[in-house]
Amino acid sequence: MAVFFRLSPPPFLLLLVLLPLSTGFLLPTSVAAGGSYDGVGGVGGEEEFTEELLLRPLPDRKVLAHFHFESRVPPSSTNGRHHHLFPKAIAQLVNKFQIQELELSFTQGRWNYERWGGLDYIPRVNAKPPGLELWAMFDLPIDQIDATWKNLTHALSGLFCSSINFLESTTAFAAPRWSFKSHSSNLRYGALPREAVCTENLTPWLKLLPCRDKAGLAFLLDRPSIYKGYYHSQRLHLFSSETTGIVLEQTLTIVLKPNQQRTLTTYPTDQLFQPNWSVNSVFRKKLMGQCVLAKSSKVFLELDRGLVREMGSLILGDSYSNKGFEMSVAPNRVIREALGSHGDSVLFEYNLNDYGENNPLDVGITWKLPFAWSCPQAPFHANRFLMGSGNERGSIAIYLQSTQTSESFSDTADVCMMKIAVFQIVPWYVRVYYHTLKVFVDGKPQVISDIVEKIQVSPSEDKLSPGIMEVMLRLPCSTMSVVLTMDFDKGFLHIDEYPPDANQGFDIPSAIVSFPSLHAKSSILAEDPKDGSPLLSKFQESNLVRSYTEVLLVPLTTPDFSMPYNVITFTCTVLALYFGSLLNVLRRRVAEEERLLNKVSSTISSDFPFDDGGDALGLFVGTLNSGSLGSSPSNIPSAHVVSCLQFSGLFIQYFNGVFCMSSFLFLVVGERRLGSCYEAQITSHACIKVIFQIEG
Amino acid sequence: MLGRHMSNTPTLLVQLPSVPYRIELNLIFVIADFITAMLLRLTGQNLQLAYRQFLRSKKLLNLLETSRNVDAGDVASLVFLWNPFGILTCVGGCTSPIENLMIVLSLYGACSSLPSLSAFGWVIATHLSLYPAILIVPIILLLGYGPDSPPKKLFLLTSMKPARSHPLEQSHEQVSSVDNESELQVHHFSWQPVMSFILWSSIWSFYVLVLCSIFLKDFGSLSEMLKKSFFLIVFHINILFMILPLAIRLKHRPCFLAFVYIAISSMLKSYPSVGDSALYLGLLGLFVNELQDIRFSFFLFFGYIGVSLLSPVMHNLWIWRGTGNANFYFATGIAYACLQTLLVVESVNAVLNHDRMLRKQLTA
Repeated sequence: MAVFFRLSPPPFLLLLVLLPLSTGFLLPTSVAAGGSYDGVGGVGGEEEFTEELLLRPLPDRKVLAHFHFESRVPPSSTNGRHHHLFPKAIAQLVNKFQIQELELSFTQGRWNYERWGGLDYIPRVNAKPPGLELWAMFDLPIDQIDATWKNLTHALSGLFCSSINFLESTTAFAAPRWSFKSHSSNLRYGALPREAVCTENLTPWLKLLPCRDKAGLAFLLDRPSIYKGYYHSQRLHLFSSETTGIVLEQTLTIVLKPNQQRTLTTYPTDQLFQPNWSVNSVFRKKLMGQCVLAKSSKVFLELDRGLVREMGSLILGDSYSNKGFEMSVAPNRVIREALGSHGDSVLFEYNLNDYGENNPLDVGITWKLPFAWSCPQAPFHANRFLMGSGNERGSIAIYLQSTQTSESFSDTADVCMMKIAVFQIVPWYVRVYYHTLKVFVDGKPQVISDIVEKIQVSPSEDKLSPGIMEVMLRLPCSTMSVVLTMDFDKGFLHIDEYPPDANQGFDIPSAIVSFPSLHAKSSILAEDPKDGSPLLSKFQESNLVRSYTEVLLVPLTTPDFSMPYNVITFTCTVLALYFGSLLNVLRRRVAEEERLLNKVSSTISSDFPFDDGGDALGLFVGTLNSGSLGSSPSNIPSAHVVSCLQFSGLFIQYFNGVFCMSSFLFLVVGERRLGSCYEAQITSHACIKVIFQIEG
Repeated sequence: MLGRHMSNTPTLLVQLPSVPYRIELNLIFVIADFITAMLLRLTGQNLQLAYRQFLRSKKLLNLLETSRNVDAGDVASLVFLWNPFGILTCVGGCTSPIENLMIVLSLYGACSSLPSLSAFGWVIATHLSLYPAILIVPIILLLGYGPDSPPKKLFLLTSMKPARSHPLEQSHEQVSSVDNESELQVHHFSWQPVMSFILWSSIWSFYVLVLCSIFLKDFGSLSEMLKKSFFLIVFHINILFMILPLAIRLKHRPCFLAFVYIAISSMLKSYPSVGDSALYLGLLGLFVNELQDIRFSFFLFFGYIGVSLLSPVMHNLWIWRGTGNANFYFATGIAYACLQTLLVVESVNAVLNHDRMLRKQLTA
């Protein structure tokens, strides 16, 4: 109590001192909320927040929505440890763990590379493997990185209400050397493919935004319509350096199927038309103006290269309404890719600060002609699958299929070489034998040294580290298909290492296939670099083209989880049988020896000649037996009844003790099938009793 | 790199991968098995010699005749060589033939009173799998008392027909009136070979530890060996429980005691191999004379056949086909454990009965 009194006044005083200060801080923002905020402080020392939304029709009659929120904090904040817009939790995270770069993604569904493309910015950066993926680069000496990573996973799992802390174990994360990001020893990578993603992860993610989902673009995030989609990936990308400060990029990529609006007339050609949609029909909400704290708030509607090429001359000029389609709202401006040919993508830009609650923005597109197109593809489609049957062994195959037609390379086939990097983490219970790696190019087996330019393998260690494989393939561009296969054995897990639904199988995280020689970037030019939108500048960044393979589901041998109690019972029964019958044999004596023993024990008591070990043991056990059971000949004097314990009774005690202890342990730890514990206990009692009745 | 997918001792791990071909590796195991069989034969001849000497001295001619018909060494070596389990280990490339060779080597060394050889076998066998450590009891008994023989007091008994009816008084009288000839045959515990065994085993174990420490850097260390969990220790303690009672009762038959210990450890060890059962079934052949009257031999024989046929089937059902679950395989495992229990108990019973029979023959 005394301590409490001594401690309590200072915080209270501090609060008093802070109160005017904090109102002082709040004042500008509240004025800004009043309507006069126009994003003046974009230069240098101010924190900024921008929000953008990219909408794009996809070839398979779906709509891609990509939300991009970016917060920046300058390297030396003028307000010390306080922030206007930037989430404090993230700033603390960066400072505490010395993070250079970090990316965390929660994904549900799989990005369909074939239909939705694999080359442009959105799939290149925002297509993520199912479940959870986390990688981080630290600005720390090598020996501190693993410990920092463990702490980071715990901090993040608290922040995002998820089980990122499972990545703490050394069996879950890896340090890719060159295949994930070029030459980085301070990078750690981990993935949890089984992680379920839902609103509980979205809510803390939205909390990092200054307006949450109460205003601005995030207002669109209607939970049912997001989670109804085919793919959603919520991503958090942190970048921190001395010069730029901390940049926090939060993106949410959703693929949705718009509701059909064409109901008045049905043509037989209806199936060919793209569905008409608008923001309202997709999200069931309208854009009620921007988040007042945002420096810029824009909506883009993109028609990608394939579509523009398909439309041809229809889309010449800044026409948002032509013979092919019609926009519901006139765009503020139209941006074209600066390649100059017909195949450039077109972006219609809408500035959200022109709209408000009275005139909500409802961008939409109505098609007048049917179009069919395809999105730009990465040079190879990556698939991964399992081969073999049974639960003992199998093999993993990574199948890369060229997306190009063979004619396009026919003339330059001997010159063009393509580099492909494959990175894969395999948990220890799938013991991959890397020496069995085989490479097939166009169906023909190849000598590995011809194809593989670089390979780095670290085999798994049981319950310690996963198996990691990094391979750099060098192939002629005319290659149609490459298959990598490697064999594995399945390990046996300890009973408490199985997840609750062990029969479902175990997920192996996606392999990453990247194309280091290919740096795709789109040449959309924002006219004014100072006022340029972060999203468009991201478009121009040249990133590694990367695609993720499927998550593999490996069924492992499972024990019968209701069995532990029964197994203990049966095993103890066999042990009791062994001990009981062996002791019985050892102490047994034929009739005349029995008589001899009786005679001796009744006549001589002090100097009994123990001429044989069997006699001694037999006498000992015999006296013990007679003492407790009372079934022995009555002429053994009570002086030889040393103890009331007898061997069989002792063993019943022993095994029941062992059994009860272990069943109790299972009860406490496992709590799987409580009911069968009783059954097992009863069985054990019965078995042991029966055995000793037979033996006795 | 290799150490995680194959668990064995550093010395073996260094030696085996240097063998280039699978066939040569198998050949090594076949040779090891063959040497084991030869050593078993020599051991059997040793035992037979001691047994016959006893029979001859006691003039039990009818028993002598029956023992002449079968040669225990030949039976043991043939049983060992033709055992399907042993053939399976050689084909499968399991390292247990080498462990078996070392165990038999130590027993042979002890039987023919070569303490250095025995110490070498014992140290290497213990180093390879740790279970043979308990064989130190029968080896010391072997070195101290010499090979298997009926109980000591039977040496003191003459084959004279008893004059009195009461066996106790009769034996007392005989003990008091022992003649010099029969006293010579009684083996007293001799400390000299035991001491040299201890000396040699400390030398060998020092050598092995030095060897290990050379290879330790590549293949884990001793701490890895000791990093076992509590439960493993609890289960293995069961092997140790019966050591003392068996040693008290069977101290006059150290070779048989070794067989029982090997059978028990292969029954209760956590990862048994068919190579272990090949060894103890081979050793069982050494005691054909004593085990003539073993009970349930028919049941045991067909039980072994049944289990060894059923367990691959059950494994297949569980692992490959997925139509059966773990319980099927567990059932064959428990049946196998029961069979082994029965074999141990009945063989101990048969040997004790044989001793009783000898006593009866002498006193009757």
